Amino acid sequence: MSRRVVITGLGVVAPNGVGVPDFLTSIRQGVSGIRYQPGYKDLHFNSQVSGIPQFNWDLLKNYVSEITFHGLQGHALGYGIMAALDAWRDAGNSIGGRSDETLWDTGCVFGSSVSECDVVKKIISRVDAGEAKKLGSRVIEQMMNSSITAYISGRLGLGNRIVATSAACATGTQAILMGYEYIQQGVARRMVVGSSEHVDPYIFGAFDSMRILSRKFNHAPEQASRPMSQSAGGFVPGSGSGALILEDLDFALSRNAKIYAELLGGACNSGGQRNGGSMTAPAAPGVIRCISDAVANAGVNPDSIDLISGHLTATAADALEIQNWCLALGRNGRNFPPVNSLKSMIGHSLSAAGSIESVAAVLQIVHQFVHPNINLEDPNPEILRQIDIGCLPTTMVEREIRTVAKANFGFGDVNACLIFSKYNQNG
Amino acid sequence: MDRRTILEELKKVLYPYTENKELLQHITDDTNLVKDLKINSANLVDIIIDAEAKYNIEIDFDSAEKIITVGNCIDAIAEKIK
Repeated sequence: MSRRVVITGLGVVAPNGVGVPDFLTSIRQGVSGIRYQPGYKDLHFNSQVSGIPQFNWDLLKNYVSEITFHGLQGHALGYGIMAALDAWRDAGNSIGGRSDETLWDTGCVFGSSVSECDVVKKIISRVDAGEAKKLGSRVIEQMMNSSITAYISGRLGLGNRIVATSAACATGTQAILMGYEYIQQGVARRMVVGSSEHVDPYIFGAFDSMRILSRKFNHAPEQASRPMSQSAGGFVPGSGSGALILEDLDFALSRNAKIYAELLGGACNSGGQRNGGSMTAPAAPGVIRCISDAVANAGVNPDSIDLISGHLTATAADALEIQNWCLALGRNGRNFPPVNSLKSMIGHSLSAAGSIESVAAVLQIVHQFVHPNINLEDPNPEILRQIDIGCLPTTMVEREIRTVAKANFGFGDVNACLIFSKYNQNG
Repeated sequence: MDRRTILEELKKVLYPYTENKELLQHITDDTNLVKDLKINSANLVDIIIDAEAKYNIEIDFDSAEKIITVGNCIDAIAEKIK
């Protein structure tokens, strides 16, 4: 018998809200987390706005031991620890637990995109100055790609698969799917999944140089991220982390866990950088196949999808993405479901986009609403040729949401799509 | 600086690496950093680096390897700040 996978815990560190309650309030009300970054002007960046969580670093003392906290650095690491451990607690678990207990049936898949340049820079400066001796014992554990999974699993005593992943902007979605698959296959009964990102000035600068960032709203940062609009002029980098606790349904029921939603299935693939796909652009056949496979894997009818949480970064690719959804689901015009982009509020958090947006997707199922697309006063006519304007809510809409499709597409032509559903005990 | 003063200063260096702070109240020359204070052995290098910065001294790798007890620490520091 196929195992069902449910979501029992959520954690989030986002530019418009740290912690689920604040984040939920913000996404209901369409609150932007995009701010002007004064330092970016001095660095001669064309774009000078970004989404950075209002993160109180000292709060991490409530998450890790005092010894671990001493010497801890790296924003993405901090965000990831907070989101993952919040999700763990939200699922009704305690942190620290018995010092001799390893949770053999629980694992972790957590992704990130790049090591934090700010942290690496300190190492490079020391080594180049001939002071490698002064680096100390804490540097490697914080620059290794698996640092976040190492901190999370050590804090919680996780003993199943511990996997650090990276798939550019599809990282978060892919990590969630991998956790789902481990539970489906019977490898694990519970998985901590998510991703974390901090866009420091070095990463930001490299994107700025590609001329794909929003640069015309430095004076009005909250209007800078404009997915699906005619005035969309590039994405706004965001930062943060999203985390979910996935559990085998029987395992969750046996411990009387509250169940937020069910993860019905998903798919992950690549367009192979062929047929219009490239290092930076997704091939339409790959995207369409990924969405179709996800729908088939989840065992749902495309017509039953009540909401699409798009990738929709606010570049020229938005219209193509909508076209791909239309073709994959066989729906268009008025028959297309509502579609929203969380990036309108928090920007594009790269590897963390998929996990933060998945937390938002689950919250929209739990609380039965569609969050608004902000900054969408002028929908792209190319999009309106494919779907009805009614599919693009600009204010929060309360309605029945049973099934949500969530997809992300990343550099390297990698795609990932998840199908979340309201939990129904009768299956 | 006498050994007693160094010991009091050393407590401050050890503080962030010692989970049970009360153990620091009663340390002597014979206190073993790893066994008695339960300090993670990987952190011994951090303690040495912190001590080097605090006293503006250099403790070479060979001397550092001999640091097992509080007394060894005081010896290494006392020798360098003579």
